[in-house]
Formats: sequence, structure tokens, C-alpha cells
Amino acid sequence: MELWPLDNYWAHFVLFAAIIIVFVLIGVMAYVYVERRTFGPFQLRWGPNRAGPFGILQPVADAIKVLLKEDIVPAKADKWVHWLAPIVVFLPILMIFAVVPFHEGQGLVPDLNVGILYVVAISALGVVGIFMAGWASNNKYSLISAMRVIAAMISYEIPLVLSIIGVVLITGSLSMNDIVAGHNIPFFLLTPLGFLIFLLSAMSEINRGPFDLMEADSEIVAGFHIEYSGMKFAMFYLAEYGHALAMSAIAAILFFRGWEGPGSEYIGVLWFLVKTLFIFVLLIWIRVTFPRLRIDQLMAFAWKFLFPLALINLLVVAAEVVALEEIPWWILFVNFALAGVLIPLWSKFFKLGGGRVEVKV
Amino acid sequence: MKLKFERYGKGLAKGMALTFRHLFRQRITTQYPEERLTPSKRFRGYELVWDKERCTGCATCAKSCPQGEIVIVTSKGEGNKYVVEKFELDSGRCIFCGLCVEACPYDALFLGLDYERASYRRGELVLSKEQLERTPEKQISAYFHPEVEASLPRQTLLLERAGRKRQK
Amino acid sequence: MELKTEPFILNMGPQHPSTHGVFRMRVTFDGEVVVDMEPVFGYLHRGIEKLAETRTYTQFIPLTDRLFYLASMAQNHSYVLAVEKLAAIPVPERAEYLRVIMDELMRISSHLMAVGFFLNDLGCSVYTPLLYMYREREKILDLFEMVCGQRLTYNYMRIGGLSQDVPPEFMPALKRFVAEMPSFIDEYEQLLAENEILLARTKGVGILPRELAINASASGPVLRGSGVKWDIRKADPYSVYDRFDFEMPTGEVGDNYDRYRVRIKEMRQSLRILNQAIEQLPEGEVCAKVSHLLRPPVGEAYGRIETPQGELGFYLVSDNSIAPYRLHIRAPSLINLTALRDMVVGWKLADAIATFGSIDICVAEVDR
Repeated sequence: MELWPLDNYWAHFVLFAAIIIVFVLIGVMAYVYVERRTFGPFQLRWGPNRAGPFGILQPVADAIKVLLKEDIVPAKADKWVHWLAPIVVFLPILMIFAVVPFHEGQGLVPDLNVGILYVVAISALGVVGIFMAGWASNNKYSLISAMRVIAAMISYEIPLVLSIIGVVLITGSLSMNDIVAGHNIPFFLLTPLGFLIFLLSAMSEINRGPFDLMEADSEIVAGFHIEYSGMKFAMFYLAEYGHALAMSAIAAILFFRGWEGPGSEYIGVLWFLVKTLFIFVLLIWIRVTFPRLRIDQLMAFAWKFLFPLALINLLVVAAEVVALEEIPWWILFVNFALAGVLIPLWSKFFKLGGGRVEVKV
Repeated sequence: MKLKFERYGKGLAKGMALTFRHLFRQRITTQYPEERLTPSKRFRGYELVWDKERCTGCATCAKSCPQGEIVIVTSKGEGNKYVVEKFELDSGRCIFCGLCVEACPYDALFLGLDYERASYRRGELVLSKEQLERTPEKQISAYFHPEVEASLPRQTLLLERAGRKRQK
Repeated sequence: MELKTEPFILNMGPQHPSTHGVFRMRVTFDGEVVVDMEPVFGYLHRGIEKLAETRTYTQFIPLTDRLFYLASMAQNHSYVLAVEKLAAIPVPERAEYLRVIMDELMRISSHLMAVGFFLNDLGCSVYTPLLYMYREREKILDLFEMVCGQRLTYNYMRIGGLSQDVPPEFMPALKRFVAEMPSFIDEYEQLLAENEILLARTKGVGILPRELAINASASGPVLRGSGVKWDIRKADPYSVYDRFDFEMPTGEVGDNYDRYRVRIKEMRQSLRILNQAIEQLPEGEVCAKVSHLLRPPVGEAYGRIETPQGELGFYLVSDNSIAPYRLHIRAPSLINLTALRDMVVGWKLADAIATFGSIDICVAEVDR
């Protein structure tokens, strides 16, 4: 790892910490803007275009509005936990970016030898923050939402990790830098089933898309952040989009080969940003179209559909890695064929649970 | 009750294809202060226009208002005619149903075409005789007065605005 | 090991994004499962029935608009039907056909809203299907604006006919709309009919059994979704509905999915009726000569029509004065709502909201 300016560890650390914080804050504002402008054309309208040219200052206007709001804490809420919760939710997102390589060997600690394991461990910390928010608000809606979040996020960790292991097996290393530099063909072609499972699990981890029942507007009225206002609400909002940004960045690195592309010695960072944006637009497209799942359907989907498929994917990838020395390019046809067969086959076995519960009146 | 997902995601893909197609369609919203749509010729707009010459003070309009918002006070003038001293409308409470326009036997009441009449105080919404008088600037609508229809511009219809770039 | 749990009461209160108005449900939960539900309403009571006693028959028509404000023409129609029955006033043919046209356009518009908001409650949190349906609804509202000048509260029907005739540009625009609409309904089907998430959320959920639907006096798509073939347009034809040829779509099981399918199919049948009405529209005048201060003979009458929500009835008692002695409104939203508890008990929180949305109520009509 090259310590960038002056070969001094502390200078490197401070510089990249500053870069990461600025990147995350500006990235989140850009994401908010992109999301709202993209929802517009999908719904035959324009999206915000009044604040500044093309509406670019809209997130700035939102930020100013939120900062000027009164900070209300419910009377019977647990004050310290209520105050700490937004911080505990937001911090892990900044920490994820410590191991993300923006370019070959450049990042805070890009070739940490347990990079991807660190990412998975840190992103699981957000659950604690959400539970703190749900419990401390002294509100039944928040509590329902917090319980749902815990159940769902823990369940979806497993397919997420299993799909990542498929990638790790082929590369042979947990370090993020090596995963990108490892192979010529992007992994979303080599392990299409793994990519699909990762995308669905990531969507659930970030409480977005068809899996957003943690903060379902139409049922539990904003869920765990129902009693937050002002800057604390802004932290939750930042955390949600920041987590989306983090997951898109991880997906871009794992499955789309990060900074590689034509001319990547000079504009590698640009390629990284473009790929992150592409995955984010994919997430927006999915969110725009579909209604949401119910909690028991969500859990059934994780445990009965994604988990067995992730296991089978892992088995197949492991078999390929053991059987062949170098993974040749034609393996991707085999994997695509496998995915094409497995998904319809497994859908036939997948039975949704739930249904009416007999209630003793 | 158990459900089987026999369709392995095909329905989801079709839905996503439809939203994707909508990206290339014409946007149907208008940018309000710069582009305005023309309301219909019979638009029951947010004002009442009173033709002083034709009004005889019979107060049929006041009797036909469901809310009782029109207040008319007349006094005896020369001959057998009334002189209208006070003709007041509380436009904050009026529901613009148009029953007064229909009831007037002398065609002295019209509804207007204006809809941008917000004010800062509720008291300003009570319109007095002078504010209700018909002047050439006030555009009157053709609601129950078909003779005015010819002079009004054509209504913008979404059918025509959005029909141009439909994808087949 | 037996887990000891304790049910808690959650107040899905008057202010909630999904209660279609100010409606309160006190729901008792055991975890996520609904154990008991108690609806509380009356937050929007305006005393319309009492107001009717101090207004003449014509002055009351703008107030009927404000009942189910998303389908105002149907409310107007039901009221004038009751008065015409009471006073035995004949209505000219052209007025009857135009009333049918307005009713069917209203039905399409209201069902678009109902389906759109049902999907919203199911969780399309950025309102995409709703906005697509609003585009068609805007076209219908433009047509109404052309005819009577308003887009929400029309005040168009009068006792003995309509207030004014349609302008000459109405018919070409209507024909164009009716020609374009089927392809848009096909688009909605493409988005939603085979959507696995929608099927998983609505099939088999919130079942209203046939016997319970009949016993609870449900009507409209709620009743037809449970498999009962009952439509006032066919069972007790009013206006000129006996001259049209259309079908009555019914569901099988009575779950949310069936009610949603019934509404989509009813939109297609409405287009069919519109086509026939446009062809058969005669010339003539549009209003019978009725004095503004109508004094019907002493007696009572009940006029009912099939609104998009169900059977709306006006019960009028007159004592030969210019205002009714008593007016009672049989509101379909309220009567359909009485079956809600049995539809919801045993299901989960998300299903309670979705079932409530599928009945398609408007609290203004529940509370009057």
C-alpha cells in the first residue's frame, strides 16, 4: 500500500479521512438529486427543477430546511439512546469507505487483507442503531418497525455473505484491491446468480425498493424515524442514502471491476463513479415499479429462496475453482445456463408461508 | 393459503419494461408560472361579475344561494325601480356553484375565468359592489351564457397535449 | 416452549397516510397479527342531512357533490332521481342518455382512483401506478370541465334533466378518449396483472365470504368480488340502462385481488356502455320545465343508483313545502365498512391497511 502524500501514515490517514467524509456527504446529496430527478421521467413528470439550474441546489435546500427545524424529543423517550441512535446508524457507513479502493491501490486502507470481511461486519452494526431508535422513541409504530428491521436485516446477511464468498473463492483473496485486479471478466457475468442474490440482499439491507417495510410510509408512517425531526432526521436520511451509496460502491467493486475500463490509468476514479451510478439507477428502477412485500413474505423469500440458491451457487463455484486451475472465459456460459435453470426450478418449490391465523375471539 | 411463484419473475420483468418505456414519453406536467393551461369556456372561476346596467335589484340570486352569501340591500328609487345600495358577496364562503347565475332573470350575473385571486387577509375576500362590477378587463365565462362562448379561447385538453408522442 | 405474549392496542389514528381521510381504527395486535379491530369515525360529520331541511330541492344539489367528492356526478344523479320519483317529473331522452354518459365516465375515473390508491397502500411508495392512472383521469376531468366548468364538484344535474347541454366540442373529444382508453387499460394490466409481488400480497387476503357479504348489505365491487351477481343497473334499471348491453364482472373468492380485478373489468364494461350511448344519443332538449321552488306532493321516495362504490340511495320525505321534511342518505362506504372487522381479523398489519384500501371508501360519505 502506498502511503500517498509524504509517505507519512498520519498525513495519509487525515487526507483520506477528509476525502471520504466529503465524498460521502456530497455523494449522498448527489444521490438524492439523482433519485428525485430519475423518479420524474419514470412517472411522466420532470422532478425538481426549480432550485438552481436544473434543480441542482435542491438537496442543499433540503439540508437548509432540515437544519432550521426544531428538534423535538418525546417527553417519555429515553433521551441518551434517542440522541445516540442517529450517530450509531451513520458512522458505520463512513467506516465502510475506509477499505474501498478508488483507484489502483489508492484509498484509506484499500488492500487490507480482510477487506470484504470488514465491510460485512461493519454494515451489520447499523442494525443496532435502528433498534436503538425504535426502542427509544416510546412509540408503538417505531417498535414494530424496529422489530421488523432486526428480523429482516439479520436474515438477509446470510445470502449477502454467501454470494460474496463466490467472488472471493475465484479470486482467492479477501482484499478489495485484489478482487478488482484479480480477474479479466467482470464477476457479474461469471457468477450471475451471485450477482442477483447480492443485489436483492443489498436492497433489503438498505431498506429500499420492494423491501422497505421498515419505514413503510403507508403502514407504519415512517417507522423507526417517526419521532425524529431536524438534524437527527437528516442523519437518518443521510444514513439511508449513504448506505445505498456504500452498497452500490461495493457492488461496483465486487461485480463490475471497480475502476477498470478503457483509459483507466488516468480516469479510473471516473469509471468507478460511473459504475456506482449505474447500479444506483438500477436500484431506482426497481423501486419505482413494485409494491412492497409483507414481513413474513420477506423472511420466506430470504430463507427459502435466496439462501438455498446462494448455497448452490457457492457449491458450483467451489467445484469450478477446484476442478480448473484457471477459470476460463467459457465458464460464464455454464454459469448463465445454471442460473437460467435454477431460478425457474426453485420458484416451483418456493411456497410462501403466512395466511390467516386462527384467532380465538 | 400457499402460493406458488410459477412465473419466476416474468411478471416483474414486464412491469419494469413498462416503466422503462415511460422514460421516453412526453412529460405531461406543465411548468406553472411560465406555461399556463387555458381553462374551459364554461369554467366556474373564482369571481363573480355583476352587470350594473341590467340588474334591477330583484334579489332572486340572493334567494337562490345555498349558503346565503349574497347580501343585497336596496332602497326605493324613482318610478317603480330599485336602487341597489349594497351588493356584497363573501367570496371566501361562496362555493361557486353557479345557481345565482342560473337564477337571474335579467342575465346580469356572470362567473369569471380568473383563478389566481389569493389574498392575505380573510376580510379582503368579502367583495363589495364596486369590486364586483363588470369591467372590460374582467373575462367572463360562458357558464349558462352561451352567447359569450364564441369570444373565448379554446380549452387545452390533455388528450391533445399528450397525444403527440405516444409510443405504440 | 410457550412464548408468553401480550396483545397491544395500536391506534391507526385519524391522521394516517393511508386511512383515506380522517378515519380511526383501534387495532389490537398480537405481534403482527390483528386480533381485534374497532373502527371509530365521525370526524368529518358535517350534518348534511340536517342542512337539507333548510334548503330547497335545487339548492341542495351542490351539497350532494360533497358526499363522495371523487364521484360527484353519481351523487347528483341519485338525488335528482329520488326527487323525480317523488314529484313524478318526466325526464327528456337526451338528458337520460347524457346522464348515463356522465355516470360511466365517472365510474371509470373513480375506479382509476380506487385502484391507484389501493396500490399506493400496498406499497408503491413513489406512486408510480397512481400517477399513470391519474393521467387518464385528467383526461376525463378535462371533459367534465368542458361540460360544466368544474373538475371536482360538478353541480351538473338538475331536477328534470341537466343544467345545460354539452358543447359541440364535447362529442369528438369523448370519442377520442373512448378510442384511446382500452390501450391504456392494457398497459395497466401489463404493469400489474402478473406482478408476483402483487399476487402474493393480495391473493387470498382479506376474504369476505359470500354469506357475510349478503348479510352485511355490502354492494358494489365489494359484493361482486365475493361472487354475488347483483348490480342495480341490471336488477332494478333506472334511467335508460335497460337499453344497453353489458356484463357484470364478478370475482370468485372475495379477496383483495378479486375486488381489484372486478374494478378493472368494470372499467372495460363502462367503455362498452359509453360506445353504445354515443351511438344512440338522440337530439332534443335537456331539461324539463320545473320551477325553482318545487313543491312535491306529500309522500316519500327512495331513489338509488349504482355508484362506483355501491348502492347509493336517497330517502326523501316531503310535506309539500319547498324543502324536504327529512332526507336520509344510504351511504355505500359506511355499509361496506361494517364488514371490515371480519375481513381483517387474523391477518397482519400490512394486510389490514391493504384490505381497508380495497373497499374504496371516502370518509366524507361515511360521516356525511
